[in-house]
Amino acid sequence: MKSLALLALLAVSLPSLADRMPLPADTPASYKSECGSCHLAYPPALLAKKDWARTLSSLDRHFGSDATLDPKAQQEIGRFLERSAGDANKLGSAGEPPRISQTARFIRKHDEIPARYWRDPRVKSAANCEACHRGAADGRYSEHDIAIPELRR
Amino acid sequence: MRSLSILGLLLISLNSHAAPLSPPAQRGEAFFHQRFAVNDKMPACTACHTDNPLKPGQHAITGKTIQPLAVSANGERFSDPAKVEKWFGRNCKEVVGRACTADEKADFVAYMREVR
Ligand code: HEC
Ligand code: HEC
Repeated sequence: MKSLALLALLAVSLPSLADRMPLPADTPASYKSECGSCHLAYPPALLAKKDWARTLSSLDRHFGSDATLDPKAQQEIGRFLERSAGDANKLGSAGEPPRISQTARFIRKHDEIPARYWRDPRVKSAANCEACHRGAADGRYSEHDIAIPELRR
Repeated sequence: MRSLSILGLLLISLNSHAAPLSPPAQRGEAFFHQRFAVNDKMPACTACHTDNPLKPGQHAITGKTIQPLAVSANGERFSDPAKVEKWFGRNCKEVVGRACTADEKADFVAYMREVR
């Protein structure tokens, strides 16, 4: 009983703003299919407007890959990322080319993770959110729901 | 029980009588395994898709799971021509270092349709 009540309390106190980041309800299907094929369709709030714009303007040279879009998808995704982008002041600089994993906010949220985990074969890259955040595809980033047992809380 | 063991037998016999690959599919299979070594992270198709197209793969850089290429394991494969052309366009450039020819693409699709 006691543990049940604790659990209930925990469940109420858990949902902090930062650990739930589902894609917005108005996310176009093209964003999920085009920007979610090689990696997670990242939450748009994790980069600032100008960084999304830079990402979209160089898709022919996208981290060594060709991620170009047809004009219709380019426009639809561009408008979506523009209206759903995050706050540049809170995120901090994303570097060049822009990376979510280089923003000050990302680095702060992950500063307790020992460096070796970013190169761990189970992870491969900081951009591989799903290697650690099992629920990332559904927008769940809780520190309790981490796939790597040593990093779970 | 009896029906189970019959099922097992059936499965075994089905497997051992798997149809041999047609010549185009055999060429497609060879292409799938060829090392082009143009791109050190992705020297061959198998860098992301593994040696077995019936199994899921993993993007060599991002780590994302990639669903199987073989139609027998993933019925959605090769059903949308625009999508097929888009990915041949990207991946031939990145892995083979040039556009693939129409024959190479046809052979590749034949292999992925036949392999089981
Ligand atoms: C053909 C494959 C491919 C497609 C399609 C693709 N990307 Fe990427 N993307 C990559 C690769 C490869 C990386 C580098 C990942 C790494 O370094 O781990 C990357 C990295 C990123 C990053 C930086 C991640 C980080 O924080 O380190 C962002 C942002 C990004 N992509 C956005 C997009 C958007 C937006 C689209 C859709 C327009 C898109 N991508 C489509 C392959 C792709
Ligand atoms: C190596 C594993 C790993 C990878 C890869 C990773 N994270 Fe995390 N992340 C964690 C851990 C562990 C925590 C909890 C850290 C803490 O609370 O000290 C965390 C915390 C977070 C939080 C804060 C959640 C909260 O409760 O405030 C967010 C948001 C987040 N990650 C997003 C991402 C995104 C987006 C990506 C991909 C671009 C990513 N993470 C990649 C391990 C990882």
